[in-house]
Amino acid sequence: MKFGVLRFPGSCDEVDALEAARRVADAELIWHGQRDLAGADAIVVPGGFSYGDYLRAGAIARFSPAMESVIAFARDGGLVLGICNGFQVLCEARLLPGALLGNANLHFTFGQVSLDVVEGDSAFTSECAVGRPLSIPCKHAWGRYHADEATLDAMRSRGQIVVRYAGGENFNGSLGDIAGVRSEAGNVMGLMPHPEHAVDELVGGSRDGLGIFESMRAAVEGAS
Amino acid sequence: MAAVGAEVDSGGELLPTLTDAKALGLTESEYALIREKQGRAPNQVELAMYSLLWSEHCAYKHSKKLLRTLPTEGEHVVMGPGENAGAVAVGDGLVCAFKVESHNHPSAVEPFQGAATGVGGILRDIFAIGARPIAVLDSLRFGEPDEGEGGARSRYLLEGAVSGIGHYGNSIGVPTVGGEVYFEDPYEQNCLVNAMALGLASEDRLVRSAAAGPGNLLVLFGAATGRDGIGGASVLASAELGEGDADKRPTVQVGDPFEEKKLLECSLELLERGLLVSLQDLGAAGLTSSASEMASKGEVGIDIDIACVPLREADMEPFEVMVSESQERMLCVIEPADLDAVLALCEKWEVAGAAIGRVTDGGRMRVLRGEEVLGDMPVRALVDDCPLYDLAPEKPSEPVYPAPRARLAGAVGAKDALLALLASPNLAGRRPLFERYDPVVQSRTVRRPEEADAAVLVLPAGGALAVSIDGNGRRVAADPYRGTVAAVLECAANLACVGAEPLGTTNNLNFGNPEKPHIAWQLSESVRGLGEACRALAAPIVGGNVSLYNEGASGPIYPTPVIGMVGLLPDARRAGRLGFLAEGDAIALVGPFSPSLDASELAKLRGCALPDGLPEIDLGAVVAALSEVRTAVRGGSLTSAHDIAEGGLAVALAECCLVGGVGASVALDGGAEEELFGEAPGGFLLSGPEAVLRALGERVAVRLLGRVGGSRLRIDLSDGDTLDVSLDELAQAHGALAAHFS
Repeated sequence: MKFGVLRFPGSCDEVDALEAARRVADAELIWHGQRDLAGADAIVVPGGFSYGDYLRAGAIARFSPAMESVIAFARDGGLVLGICNGFQVLCEARLLPGALLGNANLHFTFGQVSLDVVEGDSAFTSECAVGRPLSIPCKHAWGRYHADEATLDAMRSRGQIVVRYAGGENFNGSLGDIAGVRSEAGNVMGLMPHPEHAVDELVGGSRDGLGIFESMRAAVEGAS
Repeated sequence: MAAVGAEVDSGGELLPTLTDAKALGLTESEYALIREKQGRAPNQVELAMYSLLWSEHCAYKHSKKLLRTLPTEGEHVVMGPGENAGAVAVGDGLVCAFKVESHNHPSAVEPFQGAATGVGGILRDIFAIGARPIAVLDSLRFGEPDEGEGGARSRYLLEGAVSGIGHYGNSIGVPTVGGEVYFEDPYEQNCLVNAMALGLASEDRLVRSAAAGPGNLLVLFGAATGRDGIGGASVLASAELGEGDADKRPTVQVGDPFEEKKLLECSLELLERGLLVSLQDLGAAGLTSSASEMASKGEVGIDIDIACVPLREADMEPFEVMVSESQERMLCVIEPADLDAVLALCEKWEVAGAAIGRVTDGGRMRVLRGEEVLGDMPVRALVDDCPLYDLAPEKPSEPVYPAPRARLAGAVGAKDALLALLASPNLAGRRPLFERYDPVVQSRTVRRPEEADAAVLVLPAGGALAVSIDGNGRRVAADPYRGTVAAVLECAANLACVGAEPLGTTNNLNFGNPEKPHIAWQLSESVRGLGEACRALAAPIVGGNVSLYNEGASGPIYPTPVIGMVGLLPDARRAGRLGFLAEGDAIALVGPFSPSLDASELAKLRGCALPDGLPEIDLGAVVAALSEVRTAVRGGSLTSAHDIAEGGLAVALAECCLVGGVGASVALDGGAEEELFGEAPGGFLLSGPEAVLRALGERVAVRLLGRVGGSRLRIDLSDGDTLDVSLDELAQAHGALAAHFS
């Protein structure tokens, strides 16, 4: 099992994601200019500011050679996790419904947030304990999840809303307290909080993020 | 036709005059000396370059003699002052590079970009020596945020500076792990924005800035050169602020963190592949200072062909190319055979790279445009021959600063005084500021802001770095010598509370106009205190910065030496925390603590004038106590450790309760105001098992005060009174900063 972690010139959390993935499997960085996904079984699109994001977060990254391959990989059923900027990129790439808007407080905001896992049987959360909130760092300026009512209804009925901010933790103003969603097919997920920063008590405040990577490994290994 | 008496060069071009030199900030005698060094009148390019390199900002002409008195050597020092940043050994072949720098005047003119480019500049200093930046801290000073027009300006500057720091640090993937801010009237016109950065490198990978090897190429890489920031060093950084500063806005540079992120990765990869002979960032005075300093350190010459410099605007004048302060640029020396490999790496990271000159053996700094020689100067004259001035220090006979406005009228009880202190801008909780910054990227941050007195960053082998930044200007204004000693001790106390021993110190000396005798006195006394405290702590100065002429229309700022200190602890898992945690823990006051209300926060709220001098500090006793606290924290049996700083013991108790979310009940023998709210170095508040604290009492003064528990802070005073307040009331007061910050 191998994770591929994309690296754009403005990525910030790619090494953290790489090291987090290495706790559960092999992992390597994939340069944004390369189309070859290096035989990865699952892809992480990491946090940061891909190409500076001076236009709209993720708007340019989705056209990168590596992302073109990731889009094809996802259409073939490959597992793809987008974290923060990665979530924004996956929405721009239309691999996920909805969009991330500017935070309701208009500022970049950091906080260690509590998250409720809504769908415990997804390819990204099967190893997370249901019923116990996850404590994970969250940090962004553009994280307010938005989709139109019809889309949200459809997402709810299909179990696409995977993770919500726990009561009082939704600092960005996301509709329905949505923190993470998956694609209709279930193989692509976007998450605004940063599970790669919660894999070691010493620096992460918890190890609750590790479950996300362990779930992805279980999904890949279960399928093979 | 040329005016009578005007000089022309051999091509018939009109040469600049003494009047032009003065307009660039040079004195008549400096201009005469330049003519002497050149053997002729300097032309426009040369004069522009001299005026920058001979400015206070670049030449330290009023501070260099004082700085030479500071301790700069020690067993951990790997790189001392003079390089882009200092560095100390942290074990396992690793070094920590660190430095603090100011961007005060740009921030006073345009706070967002001023602060953002301040962060960008200090990060470049770190990776210019081959270290990966791992943390940023900031030190900010503004006027009072709460009243009138001045308050509105202070809030605007605060908002802009914090947004700018966050914009740059968050976007480049370097965590902001700490910082501090004070609000005082003397900073209203002239705010201070100091930024500190830390980096990590293998000792064998460090690169220096000295150019070497005549025939080697000079490659400029990063952003294109534009007209931004022309004359920043001389116009902004080396003169007092005054009316019409809005006109100086074009001298403030604009930052681009994405460009810097690419530049950072490109620089480190160039280094990793062994392609660099030397490396230097472009900061104040742009190409002029970078190239001349590389040449001076390497005792070589440099030719720069400005026709090869990638420009943002095609019609730039030669002198503009040489002095532009466009951000996100680096200059390196490489061997000619490596040029293709270097440019290929620049292309990979999508940064522009161009060979713009070469190293020569003539000791001359020459500016060329193709074959045409536009400027030709001795490197030594440019970099080393700026006259250094002796200060004429004189202790002022009259108070320099008016008394602060009184905010606490009449006699108030201990509880009301405590709540007023907690709600005051200098002591209110900093969360509204810290939550604008990413403290966790790079996965090293063991103690985030508010969790401990110092930030703690884990190292690969399990030890950790600790870092703190501080500098209470009001206390330095009351007593430049003792106030500065206290500022250094405050940093060391913060380190001790997480279990760290100091390795080295950086400093940013923010003062007024040194040509005035009372400012010269503040500066001299402060540097004396800095040196003595750093010697006592064996924490030598490895680098720093001086920012003078910090004066507005209403007078000078408080003299503000900002101290940054880096230390090491052996086990990251045992890093101390500041909050009370365990019900039933004993609470002890530890250390030789003799508090006084002189220049304290309470005295400020009462509108007391600054005293003439602070009580004596027993430096040896405080250093010994620091060592005991550090050892106790490292032992791992304590629950919390917090040093007593502004607001005194009562405020420290409240902070421990608020951070831990648990109350405390203590009794004081005296309970006078001095004991509750007085300030001094040397006091610590520790919590943990009673037996551990009693055992500590064999080596240092320990007074058991009470116990952790409940949801109230209760302080029994000796006169039978009790200060009794709920955590909710404390939290409400402590949350007051949000109202001043959108």
